[in-house]
Amino acid sequence: MTGAGKGALTAVWLWIALVLLLPFAIVLKISFATSQLGVPPYGPPVSFSAYAALIHDNLYLNAYLSSLRTAFVATVIALLLGYPMAYAIARCSQRWRSILLLLVVLPFWTSFLIRIYAWIGLLRPTGLVNTVLESLGLIDAPLRLINTDGAVMLGIVYTYLPFMVLPLYARLEKLDPALLEAAADLGARPWRAFLKITLPLSHPGIIAGCLLVFIPAVGEFVIPELLGGPDTLMIGKVLWSEFFTNRNWPMSAAVAVILLALLIVPIMWFQSVGHREARS
Amino acid sequence: MAPILSVEGISKRFGVTLAVDNVSLSVGPNECLALLGPSGCGKTTLLRLMAGFETPDAGAIMIDGVDMTRKPPYARPVNMMFQSYALFPHMTVEDNVAFGLKQDGLPAADRLARVKEALAAVEMEAFAPRKPHQLSGGQRQRVALARCIAKRPKALLLDEPMAALDKHLRERTQLELLVLRRRLGISFVVVTHDQDEAMTMADRIVVMESGKILQADTPRALYERPGSQAVARFFGDINLWPSGLAVRPERIALSRAPGGVEGTVTDMIYRGTTTTYLVQTHDLVVRVLSAHAGDAPQFQKGEKVFLSWPDDAARTLCP
Repeated sequence: MTGAGKGALTAVWLWIALVLLLPFAIVLKISFATSQLGVPPYGPPVSFSAYAALIHDNLYLNAYLSSLRTAFVATVIALLLGYPMAYAIARCSQRWRSILLLLVVLPFWTSFLIRIYAWIGLLRPTGLVNTVLESLGLIDAPLRLINTDGAVMLGIVYTYLPFMVLPLYARLEKLDPALLEAAADLGARPWRAFLKITLPLSHPGIIAGCLLVFIPAVGEFVIPELLGGPDTLMIGKVLWSEFFTNRNWPMSAAVAVILLALLIVPIMWFQSVGHREARS
Repeated sequence: MAPILSVEGISKRFGVTLAVDNVSLSVGPNECLALLGPSGCGKTTLLRLMAGFETPDAGAIMIDGVDMTRKPPYARPVNMMFQSYALFPHMTVEDNVAFGLKQDGLPAADRLARVKEALAAVEMEAFAPRKPHQLSGGQRQRVALARCIAKRPKALLLDEPMAALDKHLRERTQLELLVLRRRLGISFVVVTHDQDEAMTMADRIVVMESGKILQADTPRALYERPGSQAVARFFGDINLWPSGLAVRPERIALSRAPGGVEGTVTDMIYRGTTTTYLVQTHDLVVRVLSAHAGDAPQFQKGEKVFLSWPDDAARTLCP
């Protein structure tokens, strides 16, 4: 390796240590501390009480499961929406491709919070959707659209869809059109050629897209807070209320540590699949 | 004999360019037909029309007596070997060859036998469990060929089959392909821009330019009786006088005795079995190819010589 390469690698490791390992070490330390009144609101005696509470109180388990379920369903929906989008963009002419890709990333040009507030504006009882439906005479009373689990799902899918489309597009765009022609030439109808050629060859894109949607969706806090109802249970909300409402830092730190442990499993799996596909 | 594949008055337009312009041709049973021409002459488009990847704007394509003009590629009993081979990278050699047979719904046992047979025909049985990226260029080409012949097509369409091989491998593969074709008895349509390759492999060559057929004939007829200057120049070397008179360099005899066209030897290129003389006549530098059996070149630089040729060697060609 060249000197410049070594330097760059050292910089990357330093960066990771500074923004990832160090904060995590602090969180890990707090999670084993004892909650107390004062500043900071935790003290030295090492305790496992936060982890014990995590196991004994069903609230946390249910919140984890509910988050994983929500993230899973959102990922599947994003995949079902994103795959046809990415496929269509990859099949377009060069000029259209750049325009459509620009449209996919266009929402990032506006603040995430403003976009979520825009959804509130659309979905609330006196919002655009209800007003239009009422004026058309399709409904008598406003539908309850906002503060529902459905609104949370909509928000998550809407927010993370570009993260599904982009890796899928990158993969599908590289696919040699001659492979599909060869499949057709050998007797495969278009749908079979898709299942046997396009789908397996876009596998790494599917995995990358799913992880990019699933991982942030599990810990999502803002969307369930703003679009969800009082009974919307997600681990991000629990963490927030432990920290800010209950001021129980060890508890919220423990919630965060377990969340990370849960997410490391799919990341490791992705890594191993990625390595396997890179080898072949 | 009825043709296996015939193209009748076919045209294909891409935007403003007419890629294939009213072309008609036919391929007989067991025949190897080469489509020869420079890039952009429409030969690949013609092949893709036969395979069904393009739909013609006019004309018809018949395969084994059945009109296939509007049939999609998967319904046509012909197979194409792609220039890039287009092997499926995520499948083993065996699965690649079996792919087409699976689409036909062949029972597993028959399929296995056919895959084995096809891989044996190209001497690639030992590579069945490998993935395409573990093969050399030549081996990949063999797998692509096996994948086609396993389907037992009525005709095999080959798009620049030797383009991805180095020169040494190319010549060997051309001969192997010839032998294999004779053994299998499949008609071939080969697209190439290399006239040597066309002459080596084809029974008949279709010379194309700007979407049209210039001439279609046997390699020998194209060489000896070219219909135009363009065709004559495409195959080997030829002396072309401004009047349109054309004589191949090897048909011209040099002599010191007066008679025929007078000229002066300006240069000579010695190549062992042959010598090429450049002779300055009053209106053209004529190339004369003379073979010698062991003896030294007969003429010297600066010498005055007379050129003559038999009547059947001279042709008058339009441009």
